[in-house]
This record gives sequence, structure tokens and C-alpha cells, in this order.
Amino acid sequence: MIPFLVNRAAHAVLVLVAVSLLAFVLGDVVGDPVASILGMDATDADRAALRVRLHLDQPFVVRYGHFVVRILSGDLGTSYGAQRPVIDLLAERIPATVELALVALALSLGVGIPLGVWAAARRGDRLVGALMTLSVLGVSLPTFLTGIVLILVFSIGLGWLPSFGRGEVVRIGGWTTGFLTESGLRSLVMPAVSLAIGQIALVARLSRAEMLGVLRTDYIRFARARGLPDPVVNFSHALRNTLIPIITVSGIQLGYLVAFAVVVEQVFQWPGMGLLFLQALAQTDLPLISAFLLVAAFFFVAINLVVDLLYAVADPRLRIKTLAGAR
Amino acid sequence: MTATTGIVAAIHRRNRTLARLLLSPTATLAVVVLTVLVGAALLAPWIARTNPYDLASLDLLDSHLPPAFAKGGDPRYWLGTDSQGADVLSLILYGLRSSLAVGVLAVCISITVGTTAGLVAGYLGGMVDSVIMRIADVQFTFPAMLLALLIGGLGTALLPSALRSTLAVPILVLALGFSHWPHFARLVRGAVLVERQKDYVAAAKLVGRGPLFIMATQILPNVLNPIFVLATLDIAFAIMSEATLSFLGFGMPPTQPSLGTLIKTGYAYLFSGEWWVVIFPGAALVVLLVSINLLGDWLRDLLDPRLG
Repeated sequence: MIPFLVNRAAHAVLVLVAVSLLAFVLGDVVGDPVASILGMDATDADRAALRVRLHLDQPFVVRYGHFVVRILSGDLGTSYGAQRPVIDLLAERIPATVELALVALALSLGVGIPLGVWAAARRGDRLVGALMTLSVLGVSLPTFLTGIVLILVFSIGLGWLPSFGRGEVVRIGGWTTGFLTESGLRSLVMPAVSLAIGQIALVARLSRAEMLGVLRTDYIRFARARGLPDPVVNFSHALRNTLIPIITVSGIQLGYLVAFAVVVEQVFQWPGMGLLFLQALAQTDLPLISAFLLVAAFFFVAINLVVDLLYAVADPRLRIKTLAGAR
Repeated sequence: MTATTGIVAAIHRRNRTLARLLLSPTATLAVVVLTVLVGAALLAPWIARTNPYDLASLDLLDSHLPPAFAKGGDPRYWLGTDSQGADVLSLILYGLRSSLAVGVLAVCISITVGTTAGLVAGYLGGMVDSVIMRIADVQFTFPAMLLALLIGGLGTALLPSALRSTLAVPILVLALGFSHWPHFARLVRGAVLVERQKDYVAAAKLVGRGPLFIMATQILPNVLNPIFVLATLDIAFAIMSEATLSFLGFGMPPTQPSLGTLIKTGYAYLFSGEWWVVIFPGAALVVLLVSINLLGDWLRDLLDPRLG
């Protein structure tokens, strides 16, 4: 248990170091901070003075050290495009992305797991077979296309749902939420559904496969032999043992949801981090790009650590397997 | 003698594969659809009614036409025209070409890098193995699509603008290929760890063959099946990622549009009611992806049940 956790923590640190190095190189080596701060018509003396003030006259390792201290103190630099501190820009955008990803996650687990369990319980059924073939369609649908089709049908065709933005949001402390207004909730429906559809199909396929494995085991056969009704066997005996891998996979799903939120935010002009990142990429706003990288790395590392912990706590067999896999 | 039996066995295997293919209606359908799509893409310059790259052939008077079967449609343009007056069907045929070419090239890069890394890591072990697999692990922390977007977006943005148009496509292919090599590396390494224990490897070592020879000519042919299965599924992934990147504006340029680029440009006209410039390229993309995925799933069940 301890060596496993140490191994995973070392991995997390390694990822963060690698990404911070990349972010540092992007901001400090590729971009020219002096030119971006002073502009074109500065004198050579001014530039030299600023170089000293920014530690640019010092060796790479020292500069990287300063960079790390700077990010740890919460200073992620100033955006070229918006001319505002990056950390403020991110703070404004994070709630939109988090709410979108959480609703999509709830949808993909809430629909995907029951669907998978049901498909496993009734294997051989024609309808189930058709549904599983259809799940290939769910996996093959590009997220942006789902969004476009939804807009075409429900905004342009039927006029039921808004096609862009977050609607009205309510500010609670530093957080803005769309959950409390009707227009906020209505705006959330299509982005969340287009983000979730592919994941629903994936979760359903995974839970079905896990369930099929468990349903073959002896204890399920004994439960049936005892005359327990099917729903009890399926949901209370079998599902319990498939939940652990499903829940841990859902952690990884959350990572993918955040990645594909970038796409959904573009389709629906959802004012989250993804849209900000795309604008930063289009304008080569290096401080913003490196900040996004750091935040994303931190997020993914945190998810991975939690997933690994769940593995270690929940299932000793998995613990051994992941250890072997990590080596 | 052994060569002859080998060939006979191979023919026998091929027949069995064919027989099983015909037994599975979904797989047969997938193969047929895929053949039609790939054929259409390859033959695009000959079967497309117009060449959308040839701007001189476009007539602005023909722009914004709905499909031939809809009201106000022109029988010359089955699937309508776009804002430039280009035939949507021709655009799709050429777009399929771009999408398929980029997808296949990207997977070739993933296979080459990933298989080499996996072979070396699995066969040599030790420090080399640890370093390679650590790098793969670090990369695995990030969703591949995000990584491809970052490499592609930054790569083109940081180029001098003179080189941008010539290097945009190579950078896209590299970004997509590089974003997925760890999958192949993991798969191949796992397979090599098993193969390495076998007698034929020991025999090759005894005859005095070097590690390079053993890896390339002894072990590699024995781990090809899972690589083949993953490659098939990965083409779908690469095509989907390419379409996504193009839709976001960091993929194929409008001068060489892929299906994703077509959907991106069409999306701007969606709100004026021109659904056909988005829906038809989108449908072509989905049919392509579904048939590749169905074929990949079927191949996996056939060749390598462990992957499931």
C-alpha cells in the first residue's frame, strides 16, 4: 500500500514538474517577456534594467526556480490579449466549466450505468443487441456534431432551447451559478447532453462488460439458486461488485469531460475555461496558454491521485494489478 | 517444406477470416460501406462533378442552393451548394480524402513511435523501460485530444507566418500521431514481455543474434495482431480528433478542407437555415467513423479477445 502510494505521488510530482517546465519554456524562452511588457519603443537601458528585474540575466535553473515560486504564490502572469492578471480571467471562467462538466458526469453515470446493468441482465435479447450496436454510434459521434444537430433541432427548428451562452447567472460569493435561474438551466441542457452522449455510451458498454463478468461468478449462481428475485440479484449482489471499477473509471471520465468541454464550449459559446483557452491559442496568448496548462495538469493529476487512492482502498486485487502495471 | 505448410496455413486462416466476416452481418456491412467511402475518396478527382479547389470553376450565382430534392434545389447539385457556389457532394468527396489521409498518416506515426518504444522498453527492460514508460505515463495523464489541440495549435501559432500554410498539415499529422503513441507503446510492451520468455527468442539468442535483429524479425511479427486491431480503432480516433481540431479552427486549412473544416465553415450558415452544408459532411463523417469502429470491434473479437 505505502510503496504504491509513494509511486503514484512521485508520478504526480513528475507530471507537475514536466508541465511547469513546459509552461516556463513557453512563457520565458519562446515568448519575449521584455518586449511584451515594454513594447517596441523602449530604450536599451530600460530593457536591460527590466531583464535584471525579471531575473532574465540569470541561468535557466535559477529562472525556473523563480518561476515556480511565482506560480506557487498565485501569480500566473498577465494575459497579452486582455491585459489582465491571468488568475482573474481563470477564476471568472472556472464555474461555467465545472457546472457543465459535473452535470454531464451525472448524466453519463446516471444513464450509462443502469443501461449497462440492464443490457447485461438481458443478454441475448434482440432489443439489447440493437442497443449495444447503437452504442457504437454514440461512441462514434463527434461531440461538436451532436451539439450542432441539437442546435439545429431544438433551437432553430423547434425554438425550445437557447443555442448559445449560459443564460442568467446568480453570483454567490466568488462563484457564478446557472443552476438557480430558469434561463440558466435551459441553457445548460444542450451543452450537457452533447457532452454526455459519448460518455453515456462508453459507461454503458463498460458497465455491461463488468456486469457480464460478475454474473458468471459462483456467488451469483448461488444467489439465484436460493430463489432470490432477479432485480435483487442484479442490483444488490452483482452491481455492488462492478461499481468499484465503474466509479474509478468515472474519475478518468471527468478528465475527458473537461477536455471535450473545450469543444462544447466552442459550439455553444459557453463562457468557460475551454473557450478562453481556444481564444488564447488563436491569439498565441502565451501566459494564458501556460496558465491553462498548469491548471489542467493540476486538475488531471488530482483526479488521477483520487482514482489511484480509490483503487488502493477499495480493492486489494486491483491494488496488486496496478502496481504490476505501473512497474 | 515449412514455407509451404506456412502458406497453406495462411490461406486456410484467410478463408476462415473471410467466412467469419460473411457470418457477421454488421462486419460485412461495415466493410462494404468502408470500401465505398475509401473508393469514393480515392477516386474523388474523377467522380466528383466539380473540383472545389479550382476556384475558377465556381459560380457565385450557384451559391446557397439547397439539395436537389428540396424546394428550390438545382438538379445539378444533388446535395446543394455552399456560400461560394461549390458543390457540397464534391466537397464531401475531397473532404473524405483529406480526413482519411490525415487519419491514416497520423496512425502510421503513432504505430512507428509507439511500437518502437514498446519493443525497446519490453525487450531491454531496466532503466530504458522505466524511462520510456514514465514518459508514456506522464503523457497519459492528459486526454489525447487536448494534447493534439495544444501541439497543433501552438505549433502553427509559433511558426513564422511564411511557413504556416506549407507546414500546417504536417504539424497537424505530427500532433495527432504524437498524441497517441503511448497506447501502442503500452500494448506492444505488454505483448513483448510475454514473447520474450518464449523458446524461439532464447533460440535466436543462442545462435548469436543481436537484440535489434531479434526485436525486428522475431518478436515484432508475433505481436502484430493486437497492433493491427488497435490501429484500426485508432484510425477512427485520429479522424475524429482531426475533425474536432479542424472544427475548432486548428486543423486542416480551408484551402484543403477535411470533413471537419467543411462542418466548421458550414456552421456559420446554420442559423440562416442552410443545414445541408453541415449535415451532409457530418453524416459522411459519422458513417465513416461508425463503420471503422464496427470493423475494429469485430477484428478485436476475432484476433485478440484479450483487448476487449
